[in-house]
Amino acid sequence: MRAEDIAEAIRLMETDLPPDVEAALARCRDEEEGISREVLGAMLENVRIAREGGVPICQDTGSLVFFVSAKGCCSEICRIIMEGVAMATEAVPLRANIVDPFSRKNTGNNLGRGNPIIHIDPRPEGGLRIGILAKGAGSENVSAATMLDPDQSVGGIKEFVLQTVRKAGAKPCPPIIVGVGVGGSLDAAALLSKRALMRRLDEPTEDALSSHLEGDLLREINSLRIGPMGFGGKNTALAVRLEAADCHTASLPVAVSIQCWALRRVFLEAEGDRVLIRR
Amino acid sequence: MGKAYSLRGKIGDQEVSKLQVGDIIYITGEIFTMRDQAHLKALEILRGGGRLPFDLRGGVIYHCGPLVKGSRLVSAGPTTSMRMERSEGEILARTGAKCIIGKGGMGSGTLSALSEHHAVYAEYPGGAGALAARSVVGIKGVYWRELGDPEAVWVLEVEGFGPCFVTMDCHGRTLRETLKK
Repeated sequence: MRAEDIAEAIRLMETDLPPDVEAALARCRDEEEGISREVLGAMLENVRIAREGGVPICQDTGSLVFFVSAKGCCSEICRIIMEGVAMATEAVPLRANIVDPFSRKNTGNNLGRGNPIIHIDPRPEGGLRIGILAKGAGSENVSAATMLDPDQSVGGIKEFVLQTVRKAGAKPCPPIIVGVGVGGSLDAAALLSKRALMRRLDEPTEDALSSHLEGDLLREINSLRIGPMGFGGKNTALAVRLEAADCHTASLPVAVSIQCWALRRVFLEAEGDRVLIRR
Repeated sequence: MGKAYSLRGKIGDQEVSKLQVGDIIYITGEIFTMRDQAHLKALEILRGGGRLPFDLRGGVIYHCGPLVKGSRLVSAGPTTSMRMERSEGEILARTGAKCIIGKGGMGSGTLSALSEHHAVYAEYPGGAGALAARSVVGIKGVYWRELGDPEAVWVLEVEGFGPCFVTMDCHGRTLRETLKK
Protein backbone atom coordinates (compact mmCIF):
# COMPACT_ATOMS: atom_id res chain seq x y z
CA MET A 1 0.00 0.00 0.00
CA ARG A 2 1.36 3.43 -1.00
CA ALA A 3 0.28 6.99 -0.31
CA GLU A 4 -0.77 7.20 -3.99
CA ASP A 5 -3.29 4.36 -3.43
CA ILE A 6 -4.80 6.23 -0.48
CA ALA A 7 -5.00 9.45 -2.50
CA GLU A 8 -6.64 7.66 -5.44
CA ALA A 9 -9.24 6.03 -3.16
CA ILE A 10 -9.99 9.46 -1.65
CA ARG A 11 -10.44 10.90 -5.14
CA LEU A 12 -12.96 8.20 -6.05
CA MET A 13 -14.79 8.61 -2.73
CA GLU A 14 -15.09 12.40 -3.05
CA THR A 15 -16.11 12.54 -6.71
CA ASP A 16 -18.48 9.58 -7.07
CA LEU A 17 -21.26 8.29 -4.84
CA PRO A 18 -21.42 4.55 -3.97
CA PRO A 19 -24.04 2.85 -6.22
CA ASP A 20 -26.20 1.75 -3.27
CA VAL A 21 -26.52 5.36 -2.07
CA GLU A 22 -27.26 6.78 -5.54
CA ALA A 23 -29.91 4.08 -6.14
CA ALA A 24 -31.58 4.91 -2.81
CA LEU A 25 -31.67 8.63 -3.69
CA ALA A 26 -33.17 7.92 -7.11
CA ARG A 27 -35.92 5.85 -5.46
CA CYS A 28 -36.69 8.77 -3.13
CA ARG A 29 -36.95 11.22 -6.01
CA ASP A 30 -39.51 9.01 -7.75
CA GLU A 31 -41.61 8.94 -4.58
CA GLU A 32 -41.62 12.69 -3.86
CA GLU A 33 -43.42 15.64 -5.44
CA GLY A 34 -43.16 19.46 -5.60
CA ILE A 35 -40.00 21.15 -4.36
CA SER A 36 -38.96 18.00 -2.48
CA ARG A 37 -38.77 16.21 -5.83
CA GLU A 38 -36.98 19.21 -7.39
CA VAL A 39 -34.33 19.27 -4.69
CA LEU A 40 -33.66 15.53 -5.03
CA GLY A 41 -33.40 16.00 -8.80
CA ALA A 42 -30.75 18.69 -8.23
CA MET A 43 -28.84 16.37 -5.87
CA LEU A 44 -28.80 13.57 -8.45
CA GLU A 45 -27.77 15.97 -11.22
CA ASN A 46 -24.98 17.16 -8.95
CA VAL A 47 -23.78 13.57 -8.48
CA ARG A 48 -23.66 13.10 -12.26
CA ILE A 49 -21.76 16.37 -12.81
CA ALA A 50 -19.27 15.47 -10.07
CA ARG A 51 -18.67 12.01 -11.53
CA GLU A 52 -18.30 13.24 -15.12
CA GLY A 53 -16.11 16.18 -14.20
CA GLY A 54 -14.10 14.33 -11.55
CA VAL A 55 -14.85 17.09 -9.02
CA PRO A 56 -15.88 16.70 -5.36
CA ILE A 57 -19.62 16.14 -4.88
CA CYS A 58 -19.72 18.63 -2.00
CA GLN A 59 -17.43 21.52 -1.15
CA ASP A 60 -17.34 20.13 2.39
CA THR A 61 -14.98 17.28 1.57
CA GLY A 62 -15.23 16.35 5.21
CA SER A 63 -13.05 15.18 8.05
CA LEU A 64 -11.45 11.99 6.85
CA VAL A 65 -12.04 8.96 9.04
CA PHE A 66 -10.02 5.79 8.45
CA PHE A 67 -10.98 2.30 9.61
CA VAL A 68 -7.85 0.16 9.44
CA SER A 69 -7.76 -3.54 10.07
CA ALA A 70 -4.43 -5.25 9.82
CA LYS A 71 -2.17 -7.79 11.39
CA GLY A 72 0.62 -6.38 13.52
CA CYS A 73 1.80 -2.83 14.02
CA CYS A 74 0.20 0.05 12.15
CA SER A 75 2.67 2.92 12.51
CA GLU A 76 3.82 2.55 8.90
CA ILE A 77 0.29 2.51 7.55
CA CYS A 78 -0.56 5.61 9.63
CA ARG A 79 2.35 7.42 7.99
CA ILE A 80 1.16 6.34 4.52
CA ILE A 81 -2.39 7.50 5.31
CA MET A 82 -1.17 10.93 6.41
CA GLU A 83 0.95 11.31 3.30
CA GLY A 84 -2.02 10.15 1.17
CA VAL A 85 -4.32 12.75 2.78
CA ALA A 86 -1.85 15.59 2.12
CA MET A 87 -1.46 14.33 -1.47
CA ALA A 88 -5.24 14.10 -2.03
CA THR A 89 -5.76 17.59 -0.57
CA GLU A 90 -3.62 18.97 -3.40
CA ALA A 91 -4.62 16.57 -6.19
CA VAL A 92 -8.38 15.92 -5.89
CA PRO A 93 -8.49 18.71 -4.50
CA LEU A 94 -10.04 18.68 -1.02
CA ARG A 95 -11.04 21.73 1.00
CA ALA A 96 -8.68 22.34 3.92
CA ASN A 97 -11.11 21.73 6.80
CA ILE A 98 -8.99 21.14 9.88
CA VAL A 99 -8.47 23.99 12.37
CA ASP A 100 -7.18 24.49 15.91
CA PRO A 101 -10.26 24.16 18.18
CA PHE A 102 -9.49 27.39 20.07
CA SER A 103 -7.72 29.79 17.70
CA ARG A 104 -9.64 28.31 14.68
CA LYS A 105 -6.43 28.62 12.64
CA ASN A 106 -6.53 26.32 9.59
CA THR A 107 -3.66 23.82 9.20
CA GLY A 108 -3.99 24.09 5.41
CA ASN A 109 -3.56 20.41 4.49
CA ASN A 110 -6.21 18.44 6.42
CA LEU A 111 -3.57 17.13 8.81
CA GLY A 112 -3.33 18.25 12.41
CA ARG A 113 -3.31 17.13 16.01
CA GLY A 114 -5.34 13.89 15.96
CA ASN A 115 -6.17 14.30 12.26
CA PRO A 116 -7.02 12.49 10.11
CA ILE A 117 -8.92 10.28 12.49
CA ILE A 118 -7.58 6.73 12.30
CA HIS A 119 -9.30 3.80 14.05
CA ILE A 120 -7.20 0.67 14.19
CA ASP A 121 -8.73 -2.73 14.57
CA PRO A 122 -5.99 -5.32 14.95
CA ARG A 123 -6.82 -8.75 13.64
CA PRO A 124 -5.00 -12.03 13.98
CA GLU A 125 -4.68 -12.73 10.27
CA GLY A 126 -5.51 -11.52 6.79
CA GLY A 127 -4.27 -8.62 4.70
CA LEU A 128 -4.55 -4.91 5.24
CA ARG A 129 -8.03 -3.43 4.79
CA ILE A 130 -8.82 0.29 4.98
CA GLY A 131 -12.25 1.90 4.93
CA ILE A 132 -12.44 5.67 4.43
CA LEU A 133 -15.37 7.96 5.27
CA ALA A 134 -15.53 11.66 4.35
CA LYS A 135 -17.66 13.14 7.12
CA GLY A 136 -19.08 16.59 6.51
CA ALA A 137 -19.73 18.89 9.46
CA GLY A 138 -23.36 19.73 8.71
CA SER A 139 -24.37 16.22 9.67
CA GLU A 140 -21.63 15.63 12.25
CA ASN A 141 -22.75 18.73 14.19
CA VAL A 142 -26.19 17.20 14.83
CA SER A 143 -24.91 13.76 15.86
CA ALA A 144 -25.25 12.85 19.55
CA ALA A 145 -24.51 10.30 22.25
CA THR A 146 -26.14 9.54 25.59
CA MET A 147 -25.90 7.16 28.51
CA LEU A 148 -29.29 5.56 29.15
CA ASP A 149 -30.25 3.54 32.20
CA PRO A 150 -30.44 -0.17 31.39
CA ASP A 151 -34.17 -0.30 32.17
CA GLN A 152 -34.85 2.20 29.38
CA SER A 153 -34.03 -0.64 26.98
CA VAL A 154 -35.16 -0.67 23.33
CA GLY A 155 -37.84 1.96 23.95
CA GLY A 156 -35.25 4.38 25.29
CA ILE A 157 -32.91 3.72 22.37
CA LYS A 158 -35.67 4.44 19.85
CA GLU A 159 -36.72 7.58 21.68
CA PHE A 160 -33.17 8.95 21.68
CA VAL A 161 -32.63 8.21 17.97
CA LEU A 162 -35.94 9.86 17.02
CA GLN A 163 -35.27 12.85 19.28
CA THR A 164 -31.83 13.31 17.66
CA VAL A 165 -33.27 13.16 14.12
CA ARG A 166 -36.17 15.49 15.00
CA LYS A 167 -33.82 18.02 16.55
CA ALA A 168 -31.49 17.83 13.52
CA GLY A 169 -34.36 18.73 11.19
CA ALA A 170 -33.15 20.11 7.86
CA LYS A 171 -29.61 20.88 9.04
CA PRO A 172 -27.85 17.62 8.02
CA CYS A 173 -29.06 17.67 4.36
CA PRO A 174 -31.74 14.96 4.42
CA PRO A 175 -32.50 12.34 3.22
CA ILE A 176 -29.99 11.16 5.81
CA ILE A 177 -28.40 7.85 6.72
CA VAL A 178 -28.58 7.15 10.45
CA GLY A 179 -25.76 5.18 12.10
CA VAL A 180 -26.66 3.88 15.56
CA GLY A 181 -24.17 2.47 18.06
CA VAL A 182 -25.51 0.61 21.06
CA GLY A 183 -23.41 -0.64 23.98
CA GLY A 184 -19.69 -0.57 24.65
CA SER A 185 -18.97 2.75 26.41
CA LEU A 186 -19.46 6.43 25.54
CA ASP A 187 -16.50 6.40 23.12
CA ALA A 188 -17.12 2.87 21.83
CA ALA A 189 -20.81 3.58 21.09
CA ALA A 190 -19.80 6.65 19.07
CA LEU A 191 -17.31 4.59 17.09
CA LEU A 192 -19.90 1.85 16.49
CA SER A 193 -22.32 4.45 15.14
CA LYS A 194 -19.62 5.60 12.68
CA ARG A 195 -18.71 2.05 11.66
CA ALA A 196 -22.41 1.43 10.97
CA LEU A 197 -22.20 4.03 8.16
CA MET A 198 -19.57 1.87 6.43
CA ARG A 199 -22.11 -0.90 5.80
CA ARG A 200 -23.89 -0.97 2.46
CA LEU A 201 -27.45 0.32 2.59
CA ASP A 202 -28.75 -2.78 0.77
CA GLU A 203 -26.80 -5.31 2.85
CA PRO A 204 -29.08 -7.41 5.10
CA THR A 205 -28.45 -7.25 8.86
CA GLU A 206 -27.76 -10.71 10.27
CA ASP A 207 -28.74 -10.13 13.88
CA ALA A 208 -32.54 -10.43 14.01
CA LEU A 209 -33.10 -7.90 16.81
CA SER A 210 -30.83 -5.28 15.17
CA SER A 211 -32.52 -5.86 11.81
CA HIS A 212 -35.95 -5.42 13.35
CA LEU A 213 -34.87 -2.26 15.17
CA GLU A 214 -33.38 -0.77 11.98
CA GLY A 215 -36.66 -1.36 10.14
CA ASP A 216 -38.78 0.12 12.96
CA LEU A 217 -36.54 3.16 13.27
CA LEU A 218 -36.54 3.84 9.53
CA ARG A 219 -40.35 3.77 9.45
CA GLU A 220 -40.64 6.01 12.50
CA ILE A 221 -38.01 8.48 11.20
CA ASN A 222 -39.77 8.71 7.85
CA SER A 223 -43.08 9.29 9.59
CA LEU A 224 -41.54 12.55 10.95
CA ARG A 225 -41.95 13.83 7.36
CA ILE A 226 -38.98 16.20 7.56
CA GLY A 227 -38.35 15.23 3.91
CA PRO A 228 -35.56 16.08 1.45
CA MET A 229 -33.72 19.22 2.69
CA GLY A 230 -36.50 19.62 5.24
CA PHE A 231 -39.01 20.55 2.50
CA GLY A 232 -41.43 17.85 3.73
CA GLY A 233 -42.08 14.44 2.20
CA LYS A 234 -41.90 10.71 2.67
CA ASN A 235 -38.14 10.38 2.69
CA THR A 236 -36.31 11.75 5.72
CA ALA A 237 -33.83 8.85 5.84
CA LEU A 238 -32.47 6.46 3.22
CA ALA A 239 -31.49 3.84 5.80
CA VAL A 240 -30.76 3.11 9.46
CA ARG A 241 -27.68 0.96 10.20
CA LEU A 242 -27.14 -0.29 13.73
CA GLU A 243 -24.09 -1.85 15.37
CA ALA A 244 -24.01 -3.24 18.90
CA ALA A 245 -21.39 -4.30 21.44
CA ASP A 246 -21.60 -5.71 24.94
CA CYS A 247 -21.44 -3.20 27.76
CA HIS A 248 -21.18 -2.71 31.54
CA THR A 249 -24.10 -4.14 33.53
CA ALA A 250 -25.00 -0.67 34.83
CA SER A 251 -24.87 1.13 31.44
CA LEU A 252 -26.70 1.43 28.16
CA PRO A 253 -24.63 3.74 25.94
CA VAL A 254 -26.28 4.94 22.70
CA ALA A 255 -24.73 7.06 19.94
CA VAL A 256 -26.26 8.39 16.74
CA SER A 257 -24.06 9.41 13.82
CA ILE A 258 -26.09 11.37 11.32
CA GLN A 259 -24.85 11.27 7.72
CA CYS A 260 -25.99 13.57 4.89
CA TRP A 261 -27.35 12.13 1.63
CA ALA A 262 -23.84 12.31 0.15
CA LEU A 263 -22.52 9.27 2.01
CA ARG A 264 -18.96 9.16 0.70
CA ARG A 265 -17.16 5.94 1.61
CA VAL A 266 -14.57 3.74 -0.06
CA PHE A 267 -12.50 0.65 0.78
CA LEU A 268 -8.94 -0.41 -0.05
CA GLU A 269 -7.75 -3.98 0.20
CA ALA A 270 -4.18 -5.17 -0.12
CA GLU A 271 -3.75 -8.49 -1.89
CA GLY A 272 -0.07 -9.27 -2.05
CA ASP A 273 1.41 -6.39 -4.04
CA ARG A 274 -1.92 -5.36 -5.52
CA VAL A 275 -4.27 -2.82 -4.01
CA LEU A 276 -7.97 -3.07 -4.84
CA ILE A 277 -10.32 -0.11 -4.46
CA ARG A 278 -13.97 -1.02 -3.95
CA ARG A 279 -17.18 0.81 -3.06
CA MET B 1 -44.81 24.79 -6.14
CA GLY B 2 -44.46 28.57 -6.56
CA LYS B 3 -43.14 30.68 -9.41
CA ALA B 4 -39.63 30.80 -10.83
CA TYR B 5 -37.79 34.16 -10.95
CA SER B 6 -34.48 35.33 -12.34
CA LEU B 7 -32.71 38.01 -10.30
CA ARG B 8 -30.01 40.18 -11.84
CA GLY B 9 -27.50 42.55 -10.25
CA LYS B 10 -28.48 44.54 -7.15
CA ILE B 11 -31.83 43.51 -5.73
CA GLY B 12 -34.49 46.13 -5.06
CA ASP B 13 -37.35 46.23 -2.55
CA GLN B 14 -39.95 45.59 -5.24
CA GLU B 15 -38.27 42.39 -6.31
CA VAL B 16 -38.06 41.20 -2.71
CA SER B 17 -41.76 41.96 -2.18
CA LYS B 18 -42.95 39.68 -4.95
CA LEU B 19 -40.96 36.68 -3.67
CA GLN B 20 -43.04 34.19 -1.71
CA VAL B 21 -42.29 31.02 0.20
CA GLY B 22 -42.18 28.15 -2.32
CA ASP B 23 -40.86 30.27 -5.20
CA ILE B 24 -37.62 29.32 -6.94
CA ILE B 25 -35.01 31.94 -7.79
CA TYR B 26 -32.03 31.90 -10.16
CA ILE B 27 -29.40 34.57 -9.56
CA THR B 28 -27.15 36.29 -12.07
CA GLY B 29 -24.53 38.75 -10.85
CA GLU B 30 -22.31 38.95 -7.77
CA ILE B 31 -22.77 36.91 -4.63
CA PHE B 32 -20.65 37.12 -1.46
CA THR B 33 -19.75 33.96 0.47
CA MET B 34 -19.96 34.62 4.21
CA ARG B 35 -20.07 32.02 6.95
CA ASP B 36 -19.22 31.79 10.66
CA GLN B 37 -16.02 33.85 10.91
CA ALA B 38 -16.92 36.41 8.23
CA HIS B 39 -20.18 37.23 10.04
CA LEU B 40 -18.26 37.84 13.27
CA LYS B 41 -15.59 39.93 11.58
CA ALA B 42 -18.10 42.04 9.65
CA LEU B 43 -20.01 42.81 12.84
CA GLU B 44 -16.84 43.66 14.72
CA ILE B 45 -15.92 46.22 12.04
CA LEU B 46 -19.43 47.67 11.68
CA ARG B 47 -20.05 47.94 15.43
CA GLY B 48 -16.75 49.82 15.72
CA GLY B 49 -18.02 52.37 13.19
CA GLY B 50 -15.86 51.05 10.37
CA ARG B 51 -16.79 50.17 6.80
CA LEU B 52 -16.56 46.81 5.07
CA PRO B 53 -14.14 46.55 2.14
CA PHE B 54 -17.06 45.36 -0.03
CA ASP B 55 -20.56 46.74 -0.57
CA LEU B 56 -23.46 44.47 0.41
CA ARG B 57 -26.29 46.97 -0.22
CA GLY B 58 -28.88 45.21 -2.37
CA GLY B 59 -26.54 42.25 -2.42
CA VAL B 60 -26.63 38.51 -1.91
CA ILE B 61 -24.91 36.76 1.02
CA TYR B 62 -24.21 33.07 0.42
CA HIS B 63 -23.63 30.79 3.42
CA CYS B 64 -20.84 28.83 1.81
CA GLY B 65 -17.22 27.84 2.34
CA PRO B 66 -16.14 27.06 -1.20
CA LEU B 67 -13.45 24.66 -2.31
CA VAL B 68 -11.06 26.80 -4.36
CA LYS B 69 -7.90 25.58 -6.08
CA GLY B 70 -5.69 28.37 -7.41
CA SER B 71 -8.09 30.55 -9.40
CA ARG B 72 -10.54 27.67 -10.00
CA LEU B 73 -13.72 27.33 -7.99
CA VAL B 74 -14.11 23.55 -7.65
CA SER B 75 -17.18 23.00 -5.46
CA ALA B 76 -19.45 25.53 -3.73
CA GLY B 77 -22.63 24.21 -2.11
CA PRO B 78 -24.29 25.85 0.91
CA THR B 79 -23.41 25.37 4.59
CA THR B 80 -25.90 25.09 7.48
CA SER B 81 -27.43 28.57 7.94
CA MET B 82 -28.58 28.11 11.51
CA ARG B 83 -25.02 28.59 12.79
CA MET B 84 -25.26 32.22 11.63
CA GLU B 85 -28.62 32.82 13.35
CA ARG B 86 -27.10 34.82 16.21
CA SER B 87 -25.59 37.36 13.76
CA GLU B 88 -27.89 37.48 10.75
CA GLY B 89 -30.45 39.99 11.95
CA GLU B 90 -27.77 42.55 12.76
CA ILE B 91 -25.93 41.79 9.51
CA LEU B 92 -29.11 42.56 7.54
CA ALA B 93 -29.67 45.75 9.53
CA ARG B 94 -26.12 47.02 9.16
CA THR B 95 -25.28 45.98 5.58
CA GLY B 96 -28.50 46.39 3.60
CA ALA B 97 -28.11 42.94 2.00
CA LYS B 98 -31.37 41.82 0.38
CA CYS B 99 -30.96 38.10 -0.04
CA ILE B 100 -29.47 35.32 2.08
CA ILE B 101 -28.79 31.94 0.47
CA GLY B 102 -28.01 28.91 2.61
CA LYS B 103 -29.54 25.63 3.67
CA GLY B 104 -31.54 24.13 6.51
CA GLY B 105 -33.61 27.21 7.38
CA MET B 106 -33.10 29.97 9.96
CA GLY B 107 -34.75 31.09 13.19
CA SER B 108 -37.24 33.64 14.43
CA GLY B 109 -34.61 36.40 14.78
CA THR B 110 -33.77 36.23 11.10
CA LEU B 111 -37.44 35.93 10.12
CA SER B 112 -38.34 39.18 11.83
CA ALA B 113 -35.21 40.88 10.45
CA LEU B 114 -36.26 39.83 6.93
CA SER B 115 -39.59 41.62 7.45
CA GLU B 116 -38.04 44.67 9.07
CA HIS B 117 -35.28 45.15 6.49
CA HIS B 118 -37.19 43.79 3.51
CA ALA B 119 -35.04 40.83 2.55
CA VAL B 120 -35.48 37.18 1.65
CA TYR B 121 -33.94 33.84 2.66
CA ALA B 122 -33.63 31.06 0.09
CA GLU B 123 -32.05 27.59 0.11
CA TYR B 124 -29.75 25.95 -2.40
CA PRO B 125 -29.80 22.11 -2.49
CA GLY B 126 -27.44 20.95 0.26
CA GLY B 127 -24.39 19.01 -0.83
CA ALA B 128 -24.79 20.03 -4.46
CA GLY B 129 -21.35 21.64 -4.61
CA ALA B 130 -20.45 20.47 -8.12
CA LEU B 131 -23.76 21.73 -9.53
CA ALA B 132 -23.28 25.11 -7.83
CA ALA B 133 -19.74 25.48 -9.15
CA ARG B 134 -21.04 25.08 -12.71
CA SER B 135 -23.01 28.32 -12.48
CA VAL B 136 -20.04 30.27 -11.13
CA VAL B 137 -18.41 31.98 -14.10
CA GLY B 138 -15.62 33.69 -12.21
CA ILE B 139 -14.08 34.73 -8.91
CA LYS B 140 -14.13 38.55 -8.78
CA GLY B 141 -12.23 38.90 -5.55
CA VAL B 142 -11.49 37.53 -2.12
CA TYR B 143 -11.42 39.28 1.26
CA TRP B 144 -10.23 38.23 4.70
CA ARG B 145 -8.27 35.25 3.45
CA GLU B 146 -6.42 35.20 6.77
CA LEU B 147 -9.55 33.55 8.21
CA GLY B 148 -8.69 30.45 6.15
CA ASP B 149 -10.07 29.69 2.68
CA PRO B 150 -13.43 28.20 3.76
CA GLU B 151 -14.11 31.21 6.04
CA ALA B 152 -12.94 33.97 3.69
CA VAL B 153 -15.35 36.20 1.72
CA TRP B 154 -15.29 35.16 -1.95
CA VAL B 155 -16.99 37.41 -4.47
CA LEU B 156 -18.45 35.03 -7.02
CA GLU B 157 -19.78 36.02 -10.44
CA VAL B 158 -22.70 33.68 -11.08
CA GLU B 159 -25.06 33.01 -13.97
CA GLY B 160 -28.43 31.40 -13.35
CA PHE B 161 -27.33 30.29 -9.87
CA GLY B 162 -30.12 28.00 -8.64
CA PRO B 163 -32.48 26.44 -7.91
CA CYS B 164 -32.70 28.54 -4.73
CA PHE B 165 -35.95 27.74 -2.91
CA VAL B 166 -37.49 30.66 -1.01
CA THR B 167 -38.23 29.29 2.47
CA MET B 168 -38.56 32.58 4.42
CA ASP B 169 -39.99 35.69 2.77
CA CYS B 170 -40.27 39.35 3.74
CA HIS B 171 -43.94 38.91 4.61
CA GLY B 172 -43.16 36.88 7.73
CA ARG B 173 -43.91 33.55 6.13
CA THR B 174 -41.75 30.44 6.44
CA LEU B 175 -41.80 27.03 4.76
CA ARG B 176 -41.25 25.12 7.98
CA GLU B 177 -43.77 25.60 10.76
CA THR B 178 -41.42 24.96 13.63
CA LEU B 179 -39.00 27.80 14.22
CA LYS B 180 -35.98 27.27 16.37
CA LYS B 181 -34.86 30.07 18.64
